Amino acid sequence: MKQKIRIGCGAGFSGDRIEPAVVLAEKGKLDYLVLECLAERTIGLAQKRKMMDATKGYDPLLEKRITTLLPHLVKNNTRLITNMGAANPIEAAKKIIAIATGHQIQIKVAAITGDDVLSVIEASQSSITDLENNKPLSEYNIISANAYLGAAPIVDALAAGAQIIITGRVADPSLFLAPMIHEFGWATDNYNLMGKGTVTGHLLECAGQITGGYFADGVKKIVDNLDTLGHPFADVFADGTAVIGKVEGTGGVINLQTAKEQLLYEVMNPHEYITPDVIADFTTVYLEEIGKDMVHVSGGSGAAKPASYKASIGYKAFYLGEGEISYAGAAAYERAQLAAEIIEKRLQPFFSDIRIDFIGVQSMHKTTFSNTSEPYEVRLRVAAKAQTAEAAALVGEEVEALYTNGPAGGGGARKYVNEVIGIASTLIDRNLIVPQVKIFES
Amino acid sequence: MKLFEIAHSRAGDKGNTLMLSLIPYNEANYIMLCKTVTAQKVRDHLKEIVQGEVIRYELPNIASLLFVCYNALSGGVTTSLALDTHGKSLSYALLEMEIE
Repeated sequence: MKQKIRIGCGAGFSGDRIEPAVVLAEKGKLDYLVLECLAERTIGLAQKRKMMDATKGYDPLLEKRITTLLPHLVKNNTRLITNMGAANPIEAAKKIIAIATGHQIQIKVAAITGDDVLSVIEASQSSITDLENNKPLSEYNIISANAYLGAAPIVDALAAGAQIIITGRVADPSLFLAPMIHEFGWATDNYNLMGKGTVTGHLLECAGQITGGYFADGVKKIVDNLDTLGHPFADVFADGTAVIGKVEGTGGVINLQTAKEQLLYEVMNPHEYITPDVIADFTTVYLEEIGKDMVHVSGGSGAAKPASYKASIGYKAFYLGEGEISYAGAAAYERAQLAAEIIEKRLQPFFSDIRIDFIGVQSMHKTTFSNTSEPYEVRLRVAAKAQTAEAAALVGEEVEALYTNGPAGGGGARKYVNEVIGIASTLIDRNLIVPQVKIFES
Repeated sequence: MKLFEIAHSRAGDKGNTLMLSLIPYNEANYIMLCKTVTAQKVRDHLKEIVQGEVIRYELPNIASLLFVCYNALSGGVTTSLALDTHGKSLSYALLEMEIE
């Protein structure tokens, strides 16, 4: 058993930058690289792509990421764990094998499935309700249903000798906890260790968010060289403590402030952070700066894992129609308000819910907390929901028509129509879910 | 004085729930923030945005507070017509709060 492993996180969302992952793979001296690429709605969109083409439905950047990273991973003997499989881990694994074969690289890839619970949901949806609104799932136009799997199937894949593990929906911290269980031989009912590993996983899972990304403000939180922002790694020890760091020479910063912000990020209850592996307690965590860009993580604890898996349901919600137009100079705000009055009257017969924002005045917080003087320019934004794309298009068309049918001096009109995939959550009995590991070799 | 002068914050979201951390630059100010920035004060400050309950969690080990605000994101990413459907910019709404 090892006493220390190094795990890097080279992506915190599907669209994340690739360069920091390459730097980690090349110079990070990593044992493991994790790429977390699956936000709540990402898998619903992937399911839609899979429905159109059965060989698709994995992360659109998979080919680019794997092609770039694979030579470094092989050279440095670094194993990759990623949820880039999205709605189709099997096809993703085949794609990786094809890339490896093309580079004449021998590799063992494990695809983890079993998270897709659409059939389970469909079989019993009248009796299952969503967690937030308590509405029966039968009332949703469901396109995807995926349970958050835990670390267990990844641990199995590591034990089987896979160098790349590609998953669909897995709880983000579990992607990191799995190699700790595998390398340190942690008992999975040692919930304090599961809690500690989950804390470290949570600190890493958003990649650049702990190295100064989404942090700097240019005034009080000064971060150097954000353009070359490095992504983090953790040296994790067999006792569950860890040191967060990054590759020397990369931009950004790791300090108490970045670590605290990330520890509390998206946490519903710091006493009970629920994953399929453990109910972790973040209030027992201690953080300490022990050097430049080095934060020591200790404490952390946990209680027994929950009885159910959480599943995230993607459904077709509506089509969003949007239009924007700008006004500048004298009476800019007054002209934008006049345009808003006109557009509201024109759209009201067709839409039940219309939102009008004055960008530059109050679009983000519904109000202004500070007294500011009249803005020089204001951008009007109009948004409404519709059942079809055609109906939604009317919003942008009417905003564009403000050119010749609205106030003076409007400019820069833009119009958009987008299908919105909604997400609901529910709980599923553990016994109904059977994670599977399938091995592919080049 | 605005909270911005002495503390920083990051917003997170889960469904229609908004989470806001509040972290003093100087850990010595933690006790003062515990006394001053109550859940009710945050609820009042964000009354245009947060429709539901606000629960405050104290994390003395890391000298930080966490406010979990329910029914705060116009139905959440799913149904909101807002530009910032996740409410990611709302950390800076919290930091606008005036304290003595």
